[in-house]
Amino acid sequence: MSDADEKNEPSTRSVTVTEGEPGPSDWSEFRAQMREWREGVERVLPPWWSRALAATLIVIGIVLPFLFSADSGFLNATIIAVAYAVMSLGLNIVVGFAGLLDLGYVAFYALGAYTLGWFGSGFFYKAHLHVLVSPVASTLPGIHLNFLLILVAAAAICALAGMLIGLPTLRLRGDYIAIVTLAFGEIIGVVAVNGTSVHLGGGMTLTAGNLGISAVDSPYFPGIGLFNELDLRPWYWLIFGILLLVLFVNLRLRDSRLGRAWVALREDEVAAVSMGIPLVRTKLMAYSIGAAFGGMSGAFFGTYFTVVNASQFQFGFSIFILGMVIIGGLGSIWGAVAGGLLLGYINYYLIPDVLNSLPSKIGLNFQLTEIEFGIYGFLLVIMMILRPQGLIPERRRRLELTGRVSATDSELGEPSAISTLELAE
Amino acid sequence: MSATTVSPPEAAAMEVDHVVKAFGGLVAVNDVSLDIPRHAIISLIGPNGAGKTTLFNMLTGLYKPTSGRILFGEREITRTRPDIITKLGVARTFQNIRLFGAMTALENVIVGRHARMRTGVFGAILRPPWVRREEREVQERARELLKFVGLRENSFDRLASQLPYGDQRRVEIARALASEPSLLLLDEPTAGMNPYESEALAQFMRRMRDELNLTILLIEHDMKVVMGVSERVTVLDHGHKIAEGPPAEVRADPAVIEAYLGKQG
Repeated sequence: MSDADEKNEPSTRSVTVTEGEPGPSDWSEFRAQMREWREGVERVLPPWWSRALAATLIVIGIVLPFLFSADSGFLNATIIAVAYAVMSLGLNIVVGFAGLLDLGYVAFYALGAYTLGWFGSGFFYKAHLHVLVSPVASTLPGIHLNFLLILVAAAAICALAGMLIGLPTLRLRGDYIAIVTLAFGEIIGVVAVNGTSVHLGGGMTLTAGNLGISAVDSPYFPGIGLFNELDLRPWYWLIFGILLLVLFVNLRLRDSRLGRAWVALREDEVAAVSMGIPLVRTKLMAYSIGAAFGGMSGAFFGTYFTVVNASQFQFGFSIFILGMVIIGGLGSIWGAVAGGLLLGYINYYLIPDVLNSLPSKIGLNFQLTEIEFGIYGFLLVIMMILRPQGLIPERRRRLELTGRVSATDSELGEPSAISTLELAE
Repeated sequence: MSATTVSPPEAAAMEVDHVVKAFGGLVAVNDVSLDIPRHAIISLIGPNGAGKTTLFNMLTGLYKPTSGRILFGEREITRTRPDIITKLGVARTFQNIRLFGAMTALENVIVGRHARMRTGVFGAILRPPWVRREEREVQERARELLKFVGLRENSFDRLASQLPYGDQRRVEIARALASEPSLLLLDEPTAGMNPYESEALAQFMRRMRDELNLTILLIEHDMKVVMGVSERVTVLDHGHKIAEGPPAEVRADPAVIEAYLGKQG
């Protein structure tokens, strides 16, 4: 029995005394049993079992689209859900690993999508640049780059933007970081809407505002051909490949010097820098890597939705992605994937396709899509009550909620809004 | 280390030169100078609020002094970033234990080795053989250190926040040692320990000094430990240095007695 468990006991006991029905103590017992069971299973299974599991999941992922027709709504939802999972993985690095609450993640969706709009359409019609694009696109005016090049560009641009947005938050902590990042998200959104007034010369503007940059290129690869909306399978494999790449990078980073430094900073900034972790570099690294993944997913959404429209980049989207990370389990890689897939399916399949007419069936005059944000809010509340650690909690956090003592800053006694460190000028 | 830093034994490991730290109107440390000879165990004592921890925070770079200079060996570190000071060879523990609660004991010590590792982003993602080797070595070293400070092996993979208090103190020392310091700053390491444990820790300090070739600066309230282990004692009161010298001498100093017990009559 650990200290934390012992500390936790009196409170759970007092609850069971007053209630006859299954109370929290049953839950914690159940959880403890599950934990034991899982640890037992992990001991019994051979060391290669996780690799075998991963390989199986990858194979299932690859053959999945053959189970559905090539233009089915479910496949469409799956594609979007996987793209959400990529974003969720990106935000998880910032919020989950490094503990920097970022409420402006939509900024990187926007930047990624605009990277696609700028470099994969006829939007800059005075320019003529074609690199490895389809025969049709190579005759059109504008900048047309191969989707993989755009993907790299989106990641690079967002990584840079992530650093710039991260800079002013370095001296801040907690809620104050959230406010600054929220503001940046809003700034990007407003710039996207009003980009029609930013003239780049030759009658070209920065964005197309709410009209949207449309007729963006679909991905084209020699040998595979041009992607189209009648056959969604190539789209799926493309985003699934991106997910695997991002997942791989996430797993490698988590178990590395950098990943441990992020967690250490999250746990105790003062102790972390005293252990030789460079504060500025480590935090900016989290911001920029997280942003890069958001940008990649954003570029994919741009081409998949065939339009880059300023009205897509609302504050609510940042919260939606944050919801995925939290529902999945803050700081957990598999949780972020699960959260992204779950909310993606709920948003694009369960609510519009399966349950949308439910209210009218029971005589109510509205559609479920009209109250979708209410549904997400409800889900979050339920999650926080039943499983606050998330669907697939991070190994570190599994026990955290059972009563861990966090380090305080009382020793240094500085105002809490400002980092206790006096950063080198 | 280059040949020039092989100094005669009397050269100081750290030199604090007329350091002042003011928080607004409050002067927490006022014109304190301090020499820490190599391979010595020096104690810093004083009543609560005397400025001991503030001084520690300046020595490790968490605070920048308002004025004055701090030298580590021959290098000035007055305004150097804390992580760089750690890399130069200064490590510390904290008065209120500041372990990374959600990490295991072993991981805590591994983080302590951050400054001695060189894996970057791309190294972490691609994980070439040298990165694997570095990971293996740091794991081994962390285990050795945890054994050295006397943590039982079945506690290595427990979360730091779930370890008993005494073990947390041990892990914190192991974490500090992981950065391979030449100067170790211990902020009230015996706080909350019984006399037996305190004595054991005092013994251990001597052992660390000798086996790891350390210089130790110690903030301590337990006079038995201070008198037993330190070669020299510096006394702070209200931010001023009021006495300095061998333990027996300092104990008899009227100014020190006054600071602790108040003025008579």
